[in-house]
Amino acid sequence: MIAECRIATKNVGLINPESIDDYLASGGYEALKKALQQTPEEAVFAIAKSGLRGRGGAGFSSGMKIKFTGEATCQLLECMRFIVCNADEGEPGTFKDRIIMEGNPHLYIEGMIIAAYAVSAEKGYIYIRGEYTKSIEMTRLALVQARARGFLGSDILQSGYSLDIELRIGAGSYLCGEELTLLESLEGKRGYPRIKPPYPAEKGLFGLPTLINNVETLAHIPAIITHGVDWYTRLGSKESPGTKIFTLSGDVALPGYVEVEMGVTLRELIDQFGGGVSGGEKFKAALLGGAAGTFVPESYLDVRMDYDTLKAKDAVLGSGAVIVMAEDKSILDVLNSILRFFQHESCGKCVPCRVGTQQLLILLEQINAARRDKEKAFAEMLRQSEIMAKTSLCPLGQSPLLAVKSALTHFSHELYSEMR
Amino acid sequence: MQHDDIAKKYPRLMENVLLILHELQKNNPQNYLAGKDLIWAADYLNVTYSQIYGLATYYTLFSLKPRGRHIIRVCRSPVCQMIGAGRIFEQIKRILNVNFGETTSDGLFTLESTECIGQCDRAPCLSVDDSIYGGVRPSGIEDILKIYKKNNEEHKP
Repeated sequence: MIAECRIATKNVGLINPESIDDYLASGGYEALKKALQQTPEEAVFAIAKSGLRGRGGAGFSSGMKIKFTGEATCQLLECMRFIVCNADEGEPGTFKDRIIMEGNPHLYIEGMIIAAYAVSAEKGYIYIRGEYTKSIEMTRLALVQARARGFLGSDILQSGYSLDIELRIGAGSYLCGEELTLLESLEGKRGYPRIKPPYPAEKGLFGLPTLINNVETLAHIPAIITHGVDWYTRLGSKESPGTKIFTLSGDVALPGYVEVEMGVTLRELIDQFGGGVSGGEKFKAALLGGAAGTFVPESYLDVRMDYDTLKAKDAVLGSGAVIVMAEDKSILDVLNSILRFFQHESCGKCVPCRVGTQQLLILLEQINAARRDKEKAFAEMLRQSEIMAKTSLCPLGQSPLLAVKSALTHFSHELYSEMR
Repeated sequence: MQHDDIAKKYPRLMENVLLILHELQKNNPQNYLAGKDLIWAADYLNVTYSQIYGLATYYTLFSLKPRGRHIIRVCRSPVCQMIGAGRIFEQIKRILNVNFGETTSDGLFTLESTECIGQCDRAPCLSVDDSIYGGVRPSGIEDILKIYKKNNEEHKP
């Protein structure tokens, strides 16, 4: 029996998200006070040593990101740096950031101020997707309150450090959740991805060094500062320390979110927290990580869920989305829905993704209409998504391969035999 | 809000363009970005009309076509699709007698589809303007629409 361990979702549902006094009474902004008494280098050191990894999906080391941004110098303006919070959560099956923003917005704002102090950023932006009206409302209010109490603005808590955070609203583009595309959108352009490198740590917003982190990642920082690195590294697994919010959806009896230590198994998540597969049906598959994720069969139920263990087994943890499918659901239907999603969200900047996402759908349509030999058509889909993964500019064009390949690896029997 | 008020609220910086377009659209009674609004925004931000047009057509929350007073968005992403978004669509289409992207003849509703709106634990879901409805059943749609029809009756002069 494993227990919930709440760090990023701490006090969600327990305190009033509209009241900064509630947050202060629960020990809020104490971590910021502690961090401001240290040098920025000490804060960087603590976050780097905690081994915190980005919770957005890629799992890159947050400490390294902060270190690179802090060290990057710019020739034009010696010290101008930005911090950006990526709250453009659009991955199907994922709603972890929404839970934090709606339930305890001050927590991630506090984390953001500490991270900004660590890299000496002068200005911050929070980019929330336009569909999340409640998150926008809560964050806007929290920023006003934090400013009124002197946690934001000039000379924060008489430390001599100044920072202001502005709120920006997206307008319905999945791709803007990708860090460089988000920066383009923040600059007031179409959401087209940039070529990497240079990474945002060197050349980010308006060409200046920028630290960009996901909401969930930032929400971990206050606890790391308060309780120390040793406490944090004892949680989770060795390579992926800490906790992770998993969002359970699909055919589970009790869909919702749960924050547990990294390294939990899929079986524990579904049976203990999800109340089992809904209607007592048999488990067929789970889609891990959302649309840009992988299908896993029954044999993965006891695999430890952390970034590296799943990667070694050709699956991804991604954003922590767990979409459960019961025996009566069709892999082909879900695959169709995923490919249609990518076709709709492809921005059109690079050819492999623009044409490729379209081609994959056409192939699937031919399979559905039984106009082509199934095995050959699926082999062609795999070939084309491999080309896309190799040649596309950004992660969107690289994602269909995950779904297509994992579906073919684990469910080829069903895909080849399914009658339409 | 008039153009002048928007100008007062947002400095003349391209980084504010999405906020300005959101504001313009919200203030239009037909929920869309009219040609004169785009021309004003381009002029105010000192960029070409095509740049603003490019932005307005790229982002899916903006519309260049007049829409109804209330916008219904049904989620069609994998989770909702799996749990039964298709039936929700069919039911709304039947009740309102419109297709995707179309507006009812009384100008009250526009039916749209949306990608995941992060309500997967309450699938299938739909949103009407800023309100979100989860765990929707085809039989419950009539009740949701009634709320808006009723509100509209009350506001009629």
